[in-house]
Amino acid sequence: MFEKWDIRLSGTGGQGLILGGIILASAAVKDGFNAVQSQSYGPEARGGASKAEVIISNQEIFYPKIANANTLLAMSQQAYDKYCVDITEDATIIIDSTLVKNIGADKAKKRFIIPITELAKKETGREMTANIVALGAIVGITKVVSEEAIKEAVLERIPAGTEEMNMKALNAGMKAGQELLQTMAS
Amino acid sequence: MNKKVMQGNEACAHGALAAGVRFFGGYPITPSTEVAEVMAKELPKVGGKFIQMEDEIASMAAVIGASLTGKKVLTATSGPGFSLKQENLGYACLTEVPCVVVNVQRGGPSTGLPTSPAQSDVMQAKWGTHGDHPIIVISPSTVKECYTLTVRAVNLAEKYMTPVVFLMDEVIGHLREPIDFDEVKDLEVVDRKKPDVSPEEYVSYAAGEDGIPVLAPFGTGYRYHVTGLTHDEQGFSTMAPPVVARMNQRLMDKIDNNLDDIITFESENLEDADVVLVAYGSSARSAKEAMRWLNAADQNVGLFRPITIWPFPEKEIRKIAGNVKAIVVPEMNMGQLKLEIERAAAGLTKVIGVNKVDGEPITPEEIINAVKGVL
Repeated sequence: MFEKWDIRLSGTGGQGLILGGIILASAAVKDGFNAVQSQSYGPEARGGASKAEVIISNQEIFYPKIANANTLLAMSQQAYDKYCVDITEDATIIIDSTLVKNIGADKAKKRFIIPITELAKKETGREMTANIVALGAIVGITKVVSEEAIKEAVLERIPAGTEEMNMKALNAGMKAGQELLQTMAS
Repeated sequence: MNKKVMQGNEACAHGALAAGVRFFGGYPITPSTEVAEVMAKELPKVGGKFIQMEDEIASMAAVIGASLTGKKVLTATSGPGFSLKQENLGYACLTEVPCVVVNVQRGGPSTGLPTSPAQSDVMQAKWGTHGDHPIIVISPSTVKECYTLTVRAVNLAEKYMTPVVFLMDEVIGHLREPIDFDEVKDLEVVDRKKPDVSPEEYVSYAAGEDGIPVLAPFGTGYRYHVTGLTHDEQGFSTMAPPVVARMNQRLMDKIDNNLDDIITFESENLEDADVVLVAYGSSARSAKEAMRWLNAADQNVGLFRPITIWPFPEKEIRKIAGNVKAIVVPEMNMGQLKLEIERAAAGLTKVIGVNKVDGEPITPEEIINAVKGVL
């Protein structure tokens, strides 16, 4: 069966969304899928709009960019406002409510609101782990990759000595995602 | 299986290392910087040298100097940096010094769009430096090709004693996808020829029957003169018309007489095609996706992807042109390779460009719309 995930991670430069995209693509490859990851950003090292795109498929992937994401992570108000309009009803949207205050312009039925950045600070003391919390939330909600694969992929791409902190962040995100999923199902 | 998710720029650098490149001289510039980053990290581990020069002019000079000592060399740049390299690139063409110049194309002209893709250096890659000169230009479409074709670029440079331009674009340079290292571990590696005569008998630019000179590595006892002036077989400048004509002709012939070895391409569904898409680099990915959709809707659409852009595969284009209603050419510029395709098609068919210069890649839909217009 043809299966294709078009995942867009959007926010601000410096949040680590491109690294998040790389980790997600690596995890998908570990699970035996094809994956491509691309990004667009401005010339600034920090600040400015940033997005990473990951396409995961069980077939060969040619065009590497996404027209309409079926899964969207929004980690800034600007990113939410810009990308939520492309989102169809059956898409999944995950919103960092620490940073996105005005929610409601999207048509998505599967809308998950999680205070991702706040959760990162609370769990690890470091806001910069928000990208890993977000990955956890995406995997917890969508199951696009296996838990084993995402853990392995995170560990491969983070600086030595930060393993424990990042696993904490990942688990916090997965837990928040899964709980929200259960609440919505019930 | 030994799959790693890797970026095009990183794969290019690893391919260079696998091909035996042991010197990198460069000046970092977006979107090519990761090539330099990987080389800086990896070259010292294999006994190579990395030098960050003061600018792109000096970088190009440094790789030429290093290559004359017998080392395989690489430099990487983008738009403005590629412009700065042109004078010394011409010097390498005339002095027949092997080197590979990576140009990860970004939006231009001038500083342009540093982080956005373009394919607008296609003509510059061929004609950026002055004077009639041979050049080989190769364009990858996948991360795996960034690796395998960099190996090929280095091989061609060493075999034909010429600069090779590795013409990427920002999409491919920054794209990450899996590459299976088990599939690329046994690639052929070509080493430069060494003189088979003593230093006393050695004549540096007296090429053999193949028209390719044998340049001895400096420091091995072979003494010869290298100059950007038009020179004779001994490497000394000359203005004698018969010698000048002979040397210039040989310079072009060493490439023109070996087109079948140098030109590579990929083609799909050419038989029975009503329309053929001709695309390269990242636009070829959009074209492939467009072809899949059109084929699924029972449209006879084929694809021709030049991997070697220069010398241009004109024989193949001529053949296609005689059999189709139209050739559609998507490229992220205002129609550069299209000119060459029109020349090769020689009026046998319509050549239609799908051109985009807004810093965004061409979408499959844009290609499909152009094809529907002619079907």
